[in-house]
Amino acid sequence: MSQFEPKIVAFFCNWCTYGAADLAGVSRLDYPPNFRVVRLPCTGRLNPKYILEAFKLGADGVWVSGCHPGDCHYISGNYYARRKFVLLHHMLEAIGLEPGRLNFSWISSAEATKFQEVAKDVVEKVRACGPNINFRKAELELGLSEVA
Amino acid sequence: MMSLEEISQKIQASAKRLLAEGRAEVVIGYRRGTTPLTVAPHFARTAEDCDQLVWSSFAKINLATYLPKYPGKVALVAKGCDARSAVGQVVENQVLRENLYIIGVACNGMVDVERILAGEPRPAFEATEDQATIKLSGEGWITSLAREEVLRRNCRVCVSRTPSATADEVIGDQTEPLSADDFADLKELAGRSPADKLAYFKGLVKECLRCYACRNACPLCYCPVCFVDETRPQWLGKSQDEMDTFTFHVLRAFHCAGRCTSCGACETACPMDIKLREFNRVLESEVQKDWQYTPGLTWDQKPPLTTYRPDDEAEFIK
Repeated sequence: MSQFEPKIVAFFCNWCTYGAADLAGVSRLDYPPNFRVVRLPCTGRLNPKYILEAFKLGADGVWVSGCHPGDCHYISGNYYARRKFVLLHHMLEAIGLEPGRLNFSWISSAEATKFQEVAKDVVEKVRACGPNINFRKAELELGLSEVA
Repeated sequence: MMSLEEISQKIQASAKRLLAEGRAEVVIGYRRGTTPLTVAPHFARTAEDCDQLVWSSFAKINLATYLPKYPGKVALVAKGCDARSAVGQVVENQVLRENLYIIGVACNGMVDVERILAGEPRPAFEATEDQATIKLSGEGWITSLAREEVLRRNCRVCVSRTPSATADEVIGDQTEPLSADDFADLKELAGRSPADKLAYFKGLVKECLRCYACRNACPLCYCPVCFVDETRPQWLGKSQDEMDTFTFHVLRAFHCAGRCTSCGACETACPMDIKLREFNRVLESEVQKDWQYTPGLTWDQKPPLTTYRPDDEAEFIK
């Protein structure tokens, strides 16, 4: 039986988690290839719209990761972001998003092993949730499945 | 206890005084609506205009919505929740404090007209009221309702009925704040499965037409271009797709997080009777729990999303 492979949209801050992903790569650390990375200047740049848009377009999971609080390249961007995440995380789970679909982490650019661990963990959590059916937009009937 | 007529007269007198003194160029208040059980917004610029200003139990529109659109000096007839919205706009730098004069009115809660009409299908020609009852009359019939029983849901948990702390003057007898919303239904819902929660919230907006009346009526929605109208990129499709509608409601509520004063303008404006505040309440409960914040009560508070504490808790972030 083939295993369900989730598609995950990952929003990484340029200065920390994106660097950690790079370091994990050059260090030859294995991590699952299920996520597509969107690089942001800072997690403070993340608009909640982006997360909902990702789910709407069919992402099975979203992973947001940035600098540890106190280490923000822009001094306070992730402090503001943290408050937004608290509300967004609470709201989406309160209205019926399965816990595990939306993930947040703080990973500095030196923490390649933490990146590897969290990446595996996020993919397993989203895999356990199964395909995103409830938060995606209905696909238009274009007959594309027959063409493909 | 001051009667509604006396309150109306005092509002008119204040409005005339403010216009004469040059303290305001326009007084935004209420006048009688063209049908029973309604009021209309009224913009009084002359002493004669002021004679039309009234106060009633149907004054449920939040007039603070008009404030960010006026560059000049404005006086606002405000219930507790309207005054809180106006304070929020000043805090958010949308309105200049020196241009604003708040005529606060002690409020006993506004009535839910949809609910009255649902219980009384016969066409009413006239509605009169005193402090405790609403009297409706039509062709050959007359009936009276206890005011308390037809109050709007948000008015039953109002913590700011009289804007005594922020208004420049207060008209009417001080009304005591009621006990705050305990969010009992949300706590109960939080224990249920994600599928149940989703079914409940998607069910709420099933009838939504996406007319955006809730947005237009909301005193917080003053963005020059709303995210629903953006086209490049387009965040919401223009069709009646269920997920587009749902996303609209989630984001609408999120934009009001830590700012919503539970004035109920969105629900009042909704032609489909959607309980829009349910989305806002989810965030309201969280804002109160995490940051002990209630918007619009003082002039110098910082909205929770515009500030932070280094030790804010977020245990779900790995």
